[in-house]
Amino acid sequence: MLFQDIVFWVLSVLAIGASLGVVLVKDLFRAALLLVVVFIAVAGFFVLLSAEFLAVVQVLIYAGAIAILIIFAIMLTRDVQHGNLPNRFQIPAATLAAVLLAVLVAVAVDTKWDLLAGQAQSRAQAVQTSAVRTLESPGDLAGLERAGFATEDERTAAQEAGLADLLIGDFVLPFEVVSLLLLAAVIGALALVRPR
Amino acid sequence: MSPDNVLYGTPLYRFVYELAGMVLPCWISYVAAGLVIMFILVNAVLMGAAVFVFAERRLIGRFHNRVGPNRWGPFGTFQPFADVLKLIFKEDITPATADKIVFLAAPIAMLAPAILMLAVVPFAKNTALADLNVGVLYILAVTSLSSVAILMAGWSSNNRYAMFGAARGVAVLISYEVPVVLCLLGVVLVTGSMSMADVVEAQAVPFLLVQPLALFVFLAGVSAELNRTPFDVAEAESELVAGYHTEYSGVKFALIQAAEFGGVVTASMVVVTLFLGGWAGPLADYLGWFWFLLKVGAVAFIFIWVRATYPRLRIDQLMAFAWKFLLPLSLINLFATALEVFFLRDSQGVLATNDLWIMTGINLALGVGCIALFGGMIREKIRPVRWQPAAGSTASLTVGEVT
Repeated sequence: MLFQDIVFWVLSVLAIGASLGVVLVKDLFRAALLLVVVFIAVAGFFVLLSAEFLAVVQVLIYAGAIAILIIFAIMLTRDVQHGNLPNRFQIPAATLAAVLLAVLVAVAVDTKWDLLAGQAQSRAQAVQTSAVRTLESPGDLAGLERAGFATEDERTAAQEAGLADLLIGDFVLPFEVVSLLLLAAVIGALALVRPR
Repeated sequence: MSPDNVLYGTPLYRFVYELAGMVLPCWISYVAAGLVIMFILVNAVLMGAAVFVFAERRLIGRFHNRVGPNRWGPFGTFQPFADVLKLIFKEDITPATADKIVFLAAPIAMLAPAILMLAVVPFAKNTALADLNVGVLYILAVTSLSSVAILMAGWSSNNRYAMFGAARGVAVLISYEVPVVLCLLGVVLVTGSMSMADVVEAQAVPFLLVQPLALFVFLAGVSAELNRTPFDVAEAESELVAGYHTEYSGVKFALIQAAEFGGVVTASMVVVTLFLGGWAGPLADYLGWFWFLLKVGAVAFIFIWVRATYPRLRIDQLMAFAWKFLLPLSLINLFATALEVFFLRDSQGVLATNDLWIMTGINLALGVGCIALFGGMIREKIRPVRWQPAAGSTASLTVGEVT
């Protein structure tokens, strides 16, 4: 596991260094590019956890789409040459960030990972990998075997707990609410730019 | 450490790994095998770009009824190497007001997607470097990174034309991403898997026939994403000097060109894998790589042919083409494919070859019908505008009346 350890530490240094850069660099455009580096490093963590689907989606959505939106927003900002100037929100923002960090650390420390690992690992793995499988035929076992489900039970679990199944089954209401929100955002954007 | 990684299934990787493992410790041979594969892939992209540049220049020459570069080497085959040498020896200029680090990083970021894409392409049976179970999605994710690189180049040059070119290029990339993704969903639906090897295996009937509409949308969308000529508003030389690479020279310019033409080669490989049956052909077990390269050549020829045939579109025509023509087509294709798969699959969810032929019939008719219908709707109602000289004007040129 030496090799994976090396990769983990390299990715960690990259992610933390780039995140610090996002906050500390004066040039907004460079900060946005460093954010892309953070996203890609996080995708690397997903690969280390053998969550290929999440890694690819992370790159596709965050590095490929959201980062572009941020960069466009920066390009449309006036006086962007002056860089990332300090404003009067420094102290509230620092407080908020500290509280958020404290909550996250508390949750991470408090969670009984060992207890969860047994039952959740197979299910979590099933969910992330079988998101790919949902479009597939239920009969194709060879593909599941390649995806890392050695035993029959695990494969059945993977087939049952597809991400898409969850989205259209248990979580159909939040899913639809989010799509409604996006639709409203699109219509709002159109209304804003419509020539009068 | 056990070699329990994705790459170990690849014969080439295993060969290098075991060869190096005879003399070296395990983890060094692990790294060494990876580096060997990387070396081969990087050079495959660069050589592919060189061969493509030569073919394109000669063929465009023939299309223009001239000779094309034929001086250096047999039939001018050494021309790309001469070009690269010339570019290496040219002065490498960085504008004084440029953002130096980003300016340097942009060409590298531009070449990376073209190379990364090759990782999942199966050149022959069991020859994909990594047969990811999310291969198709991986390709989409990697290509989406190129828009970041274009913005980096445009912004860091600190040049109006470069900035315009980058903004246009990214607008085109974002618009054409939507139909490309939607038409790939059709392929994934029929295959039932996102693995590139599975897509090839599933093509008892080539998806060229089963998904004609998807192929059409994919070819159009990809040539827009690659900045090929009918869609090359991002570097329109008559409007923007050279778009986002206006300020680049020397080796950096060579890298950008390599990324552009290498991108065409890898895109052709993706088209072949997804739509033309990949390495399938007579004696595919032994000659798979030959059929693959032959098909790649054919697709690359189509790209060159289109470039030589059509003039550049305006940016608004380009956007209309994406949103009013390609997007409805890809939605119709997705909907029709979903219905067909839903009704034709058996209880195991598998499509038989007969079902594929039925889908071929339906989709071919649908494709021709839809293209005719939407093509008629999108066509600009061109009416010749007659120029009327103002009353009393001496400029009574008969521009409008010549008809």
